[in-house]
Amino acid sequence: MSSSTAARSKAGAASRSTAGVVTWLDERLGIGALTKKQLRKVFPDHWSFMLGEIALWSFVILLLTGTFLSFWFKPSMAEVEYMGSYANLRGLHMSEAYASTLDLSFDVRGGLLMRQMHHWSANLFLASMTIHMLRVFFTGAFRKPRELNWMIGLALLMLGIIEGFAGYSLPDDLLSGTGLRIAQGLMLSIPVVGSYISFFVFGGEFPGDDFIPRLYTVHVLLVPGILLALITAHMLLLVYHKHTQFPGPGRTNNNVVGFPLMPVYMAKAGGFFFIVFGVTALMGGLLQINPIWMYGPYNPAEVTAGSQPDWYMGWLEGGLRIMPNWETNLWGYTLSWNVLIPGVLLLGVLFALLAFYPFIERWITGDDREHHLLERPRNAPTRTAFGVAGMTAYALLWIAGGNDILAYEFGLSLNAITYFMRVAIFVVPVLAFIITRRWCLSLQRHDREVVLHGYETGVIVRSPDGSYAEIHRPINPVRAYELTMHEQHTPVEAPAASDANGVPAPAQGKERLRSRLSHFWYADDVSKPTKEELEAAAHHATNGSHALEDGHGPASGNGAHLGIETSGIVGGQDFGLEQKPKAP
Amino acid sequence: MSDDGQHDTPGTGSNGAGDNSLLPIGPQEPLDNPGVPEHQPRPTDVDPALERRAERQVAAMFVVGAVMALAFCVAYFLFDPHPETGETALGVGASNLALGVTLGLSLLLIGLGAIQWARKLMADHEMIEYRHSAASTVEDRQEAIAAFQAGSEESGLGRRKLIRNSLLASMAMLGLPAVVLLRDLGPLPGVKLEQTVWRRGMRVVSDVSGRAIRPSEVPIGQLINAEPAVFFEHAEEFEGNELLNEKAKAAVIVVRMPPEEYTPYPARRDWDVEGILCYSKICPHVGCPISLYEQQTHHVLCPCHQSTFDLANNGVVLFGPASRNLPQLPLGVDGEGYLIAMSGFQEPVGASFWERG
Ligand code: HEM
Ligand code: FES
Repeated sequence: MSSSTAARSKAGAASRSTAGVVTWLDERLGIGALTKKQLRKVFPDHWSFMLGEIALWSFVILLLTGTFLSFWFKPSMAEVEYMGSYANLRGLHMSEAYASTLDLSFDVRGGLLMRQMHHWSANLFLASMTIHMLRVFFTGAFRKPRELNWMIGLALLMLGIIEGFAGYSLPDDLLSGTGLRIAQGLMLSIPVVGSYISFFVFGGEFPGDDFIPRLYTVHVLLVPGILLALITAHMLLLVYHKHTQFPGPGRTNNNVVGFPLMPVYMAKAGGFFFIVFGVTALMGGLLQINPIWMYGPYNPAEVTAGSQPDWYMGWLEGGLRIMPNWETNLWGYTLSWNVLIPGVLLLGVLFALLAFYPFIERWITGDDREHHLLERPRNAPTRTAFGVAGMTAYALLWIAGGNDILAYEFGLSLNAITYFMRVAIFVVPVLAFIITRRWCLSLQRHDREVVLHGYETGVIVRSPDGSYAEIHRPINPVRAYELTMHEQHTPVEAPAASDANGVPAPAQGKERLRSRLSHFWYADDVSKPTKEELEAAAHHATNGSHALEDGHGPASGNGAHLGIETSGIVGGQDFGLEQKPKAP
Repeated sequence: MSDDGQHDTPGTGSNGAGDNSLLPIGPQEPLDNPGVPEHQPRPTDVDPALERRAERQVAAMFVVGAVMALAFCVAYFLFDPHPETGETALGVGASNLALGVTLGLSLLLIGLGAIQWARKLMADHEMIEYRHSAASTVEDRQEAIAAFQAGSEESGLGRRKLIRNSLLASMAMLGLPAVVLLRDLGPLPGVKLEQTVWRRGMRVVSDVSGRAIRPSEVPIGQLINAEPAVFFEHAEEFEGNELLNEKAKAAVIVVRMPPEEYTPYPARRDWDVEGILCYSKICPHVGCPISLYEQQTHHVLCPCHQSTFDLANNGVVLFGPASRNLPQLPLGVDGEGYLIAMSGFQEPVGASFWERG
């Protein structure tokens, strides 16, 4: 038998056994129809689509490492005398929770690695979710029909923050105890029921005996359960809606262009899981995080200077720090605005704004269509500007959360930084809004210029008559298409003030407001070149008024000065390479 | 979830635009859609030598990954995680370092191998799939509504208001057991937030040793962390974490300053003992223990959100988010010459709360 026939019969046997397995399963589960559709499902490729994937894989790593930790961690506030192998704390009285975390760190082999991986992946989980959310926001991926998935994503982010805080409060060390005390202070600030909430949550006075076991149930069962359910829903909706894609040649609102789930995406996404896992393991091995043995057990009368929460709590901490000390006394009752506003309301306001954003934008723009093509941020200047303003406010709060460190590192006055921040938090986001919006509009203008007149080469030439000019070279047709295929938005017009019989139309005030907002939203957009303008530009160029462009010879002769290459300069080959999908 | 899985490969004449128009595309595009670019073969598609090399690369990554997994097991048994006996490296311990690096490399190599495989060797034809509107067809939707209406009609839910309302009432009432069941989560606050263990005559003792303090032992310019003597004398009377609960409210700081630098409110003129003053250690903002004392100015700073209090001026807030002064404890001396409290705190300590007034 020749080797090729052997190979063929082997392949035949393999496909027969595949068929056998599929048949066996299909006869019991009826998976044929589903598998037929989904196995070769197409996913578009872009590096930014990886952010959500990092979040997903981090969650899986959290489940794995967290389960390991739960085999040794003892969620108990009972007092014990530490007798483990960390000499500096031996003989000290502490809670069982803290002692068992020390055991995990020093007496369980691999325990410290799992703790550090758990903590690093928690940070990675929240960071990637946050950036993923920004990607979705700035590209308009939250638009119809994906509003519900946007809201699920927000719920995931909020629960993730809560889960992370619950997690690093479990070891009951000095740092986390201080964080809990602050959390208790926030509860107390809630009007009317604050002290009841605190007593119910802590099972009496702070810190009590009950809190760590309760928090443990929340951390390992309640929140992960909800997270798992929501992540599942998030993924199912993703599959149903199909992934959005960036505009490009052949990519339209009606299709999705990319690689099939099996084999390319399975290998890429599966491989990527191992990469995220591997990087997390390397971080756990090389980078120390939350060395609880250096803080000591919790003691409500002690604190460490310069104590900082995990990064994702930093902005809330910043709000608490720069809030003026307002408090109101009403008929013998106290309203602590200084704590209530930054500690409780701020979080609610931020998430409410984000949750309603898609609906607000949809109402203002009057756009009720489905969108599957992503928008470049510059082509939605007002949205982009709102996003940047929000990011600026977040960053300022976050910086304010480290005002003592700033003051110390840069020798500044703490008070001056705080007063500055109190003003900046209102002023700087407005500036950021204005600047971003203008920037987007000028980028739009630039795109238009490039399409009409080609790109600037940076090469300056002197013409025979002594004048200087920069050479513009035409861009390739793919690029030109990408720069002109976005939607041109038109503002909503208010209906006529009154109908034909002179009767004022109802809800007219609302419509006028909407029209005004819609004009604000869109009116400054730079109109993209029309077919006629493109032809005129080409004509203009061939008539020689941009004589200098002739510098590059006859190859791009007639009609080439459209700003878009028309001839063989960019042949099929070039074309193909540019479109080559990027590696994950 | 329906999905017809329609596929198309470029180069077969399709420009990817499809004809099932999902969205009325805006104004006419100024340029024609050039279509999905032709597939270009990769070097590994045309050169068998390169293809074999890529294959070897991928396999090598997987093999080294396996070796690293074995190395992990060796490291597990080789290194001791105990800090005294175990060698430390990079501040995390040799055991942790070796385990993390071997596990990390093993995972990383599997991942990199898989991706290299996908990029160099798996077919890389871009495919086109058509989208559908997220909504079901109009007929489907109408049938769904009709089915719902038929069901609702047959149940009579709309007609039988008595049944509907009584059902709603009983369901709503079930909320009560759900809430009431949680009642035993904790006791009611009562006056606990307003009281500490401080009483008239209770000694002020050092928080570390529990030693009573004589005024002569308090130097000018030093801040002493102190606690009520019961915590040491009768520690066994506190059950469970009660000691911590009381500590969380009763911790105090003791400072001494030259009497001429100190300006008490008239009512507090005799709250010091020879210039020794005593304040709550619990920040009235959200309850961190205050710790940073500046002896020249007699200011203390809370490390959590930097509220600053003036101990020479009745503990008033100078700066920061705290809105209340630091509560002061009136001091005296007992028969044996030790510092004692002359009463409890005259206001609740720690964070503000609704009933505080
Ligand atoms: C999104 C999910 C999760 C996040 C963000 C998260 C976050 C954290 C963080 C930051 C810590 C502190 C680690 C430290 O430095 O000591 C922690 C501790 C812990 N977590 Fe999680 N976690 C998550 C899910 C889980 C799950 C699913 C489990 C168990 C099945 C779990 C079990 C534990 C245990 C037992 C501890 C205490 C042990 C220790 O602190 O070393 N976690 N978690
Ligand atoms: S707890 Fe002291 S300033 Fe916030």
